[in-house]
Amino acid sequence: MAASTHPIFEYALALGDDALVLGQRIAEWCSNGPYLEEDIALSNVALDYIGRARMLLSYAGEAEGQGRNEDQLAFTRDCRDFRNLLIYELPRGDFGFTMARQLAVDAFEVPFFEALTRSSDRTLAGIAGKALKESRYHLRHSSGWVIRLGAGTDESHRRMQDGLDQVWGYTPELFQMDAAEAALAESGVAVDRAELRQQWESTLDEVLKQATLGRPADDWQIDGGRRGVHTEHLGHLLSELQFMQRAYPGLEW
Amino acid sequence: MPQDNPTAPMDDREPVFQARIDRDEKIEPKDWMPEKYRRTMIRQISQHAHSEVIGMQPEGNWITRAPSLRRKAVLLAKVQDEAGHGLYLYSAAETLGATREDMIADLQSGKAKYSSIFNYPTLTWADIGAIGWLVDGAAIMNQVMLCRTSYGPYARGMVRICKEESFHQRQGYEIMLTLSRGSDQQKAMAQDALNRYWWPSLMMFGPRDDDSPNTQQSMKWRIKRQTNDELRQRFVDQTVPQAEYLGLTVPDPDLHWNKEREHYDFGEIDWDEFWQVVKGNGPCNRQRIAHHVAAHEEGEWVREAALAYQARKASAEEAA
Ligand SMILES: [Fe+2]
Ligand SMILES: [Fe+2]
Repeated sequence: MAASTHPIFEYALALGDDALVLGQRIAEWCSNGPYLEEDIALSNVALDYIGRARMLLSYAGEAEGQGRNEDQLAFTRDCRDFRNLLIYELPRGDFGFTMARQLAVDAFEVPFFEALTRSSDRTLAGIAGKALKESRYHLRHSSGWVIRLGAGTDESHRRMQDGLDQVWGYTPELFQMDAAEAALAESGVAVDRAELRQQWESTLDEVLKQATLGRPADDWQIDGGRRGVHTEHLGHLLSELQFMQRAYPGLEW
Repeated sequence: MPQDNPTAPMDDREPVFQARIDRDEKIEPKDWMPEKYRRTMIRQISQHAHSEVIGMQPEGNWITRAPSLRRKAVLLAKVQDEAGHGLYLYSAAETLGATREDMIADLQSGKAKYSSIFNYPTLTWADIGAIGWLVDGAAIMNQVMLCRTSYGPYARGMVRICKEESFHQRQGYEIMLTLSRGSDQQKAMAQDALNRYWWPSLMMFGPRDDDSPNTQQSMKWRIKRQTNDELRQRFVDQTVPQAEYLGLTVPDPDLHWNKEREHYDFGEIDWDEFWQVVKGNGPCNRQRIAHHVAAHEEGEWVREAALAYQARKASAEEAA
């Protein structure tokens, strides 16, 4: 099946799924944040991701050319057909974990979308331009919190380090290229993720130093998202995300 | 404490204060005001802030389950607006000397109230439409009046907030319109939401005028400019035709147009239910407070860390 689908469809779908599942996760913070100010800030981040997901999934549907729109793609595929990287689907955890994951993702997405603005695909380049502005803001927000929590109290330091340790093994997948993505990068459409690793590491090292946190050892890694081999958490996220469309199929809302 | 009894003013500043009110001047934070005016204002503004904040729960309940990505984004943005209203109102109350910590403590202890409407559960997606349409609609009635309230920071806050509330109301109505033009199941869902939210929405305007001892003083100080019953009547008059356009039935057998009054007559609110919910015995009162307390306690370590970090930075700067 993968062989017959359009490579742009696959690429936009994967990036759209990344944004969708993380947007869904961050939205879970609504009314649960440590401050009202933080509820607002995290809702903003969630909104940015949902907005991105909508653009990317719509574009994927167009590229596929079978009449599937953003909602059909978001609400009627099962776990094995989701293409997001595992780091995006992990449960929100405590505020420390959420910020550790966000720092890892933001530090990746800033150079990623920066590079994608130069894509030969003008739609993707346009989406990237908007996403880049958002991710720069997200990175300021997450790195600010990682520093504050890392260098705050003993408890916050411990929790922040713990969050970082928990997420660490999911970060290598951010830099993995499969054959299809490599071919798209070759033709100037996609970004070569592997090339972003160094910049990501130096951003992280700088933040971790200020936060007095240690960089976890690279001694474990888990991947499989792009092949649809997910964590057990994704199915539950989808059961909530897709509830209405599953209970009342095919209706307009 | 003579200033505690505004009907018997002993303080000669009080007639001056009242004269300013009567000339429709705004009272500003640094102005002298009777202690009772200050306390009434703090109570009302903080109660309003708490309503915005607690209202995030029943609506937030559907963010992760919204039926389309567009609806999800719109609902997220709405709940974010409500959080912003809460923040803005807490700041307005702070201009009167209240602290956010104390206000939150009063909310969590049950000393401070919030709008009872949020003690009803959101069971289906249609409830999100009904809340936008009816609850934001009722809130607007009140808030349009409050744009001209006598306390300056509160009045100015309301002008800003009202714009967003009317946006929310349109979005809620649009959800109801989509449902009422949809499948039989969707229509039934919309009718069920109206059935459950109609009476609690009417209760949002508070007790009947003859049961509302504070109204007279609030009118004299121009905190309020219309009574509970006047606002409730306006809401019914505005909303019934909207329900008709949706093809939905308002769950009140006594509702009919009164030609002489040129208003709708409507049935009696279940005041026992009203007072039960106010007293804390509504379907979700305990759940809402428990949720707020749990989130607040879970965030304690974050707030502590932020303070510790700030203090450390300040002392490092001092040393430098
Ligand atoms: Fe509001
Ligand atoms: Fe609102």
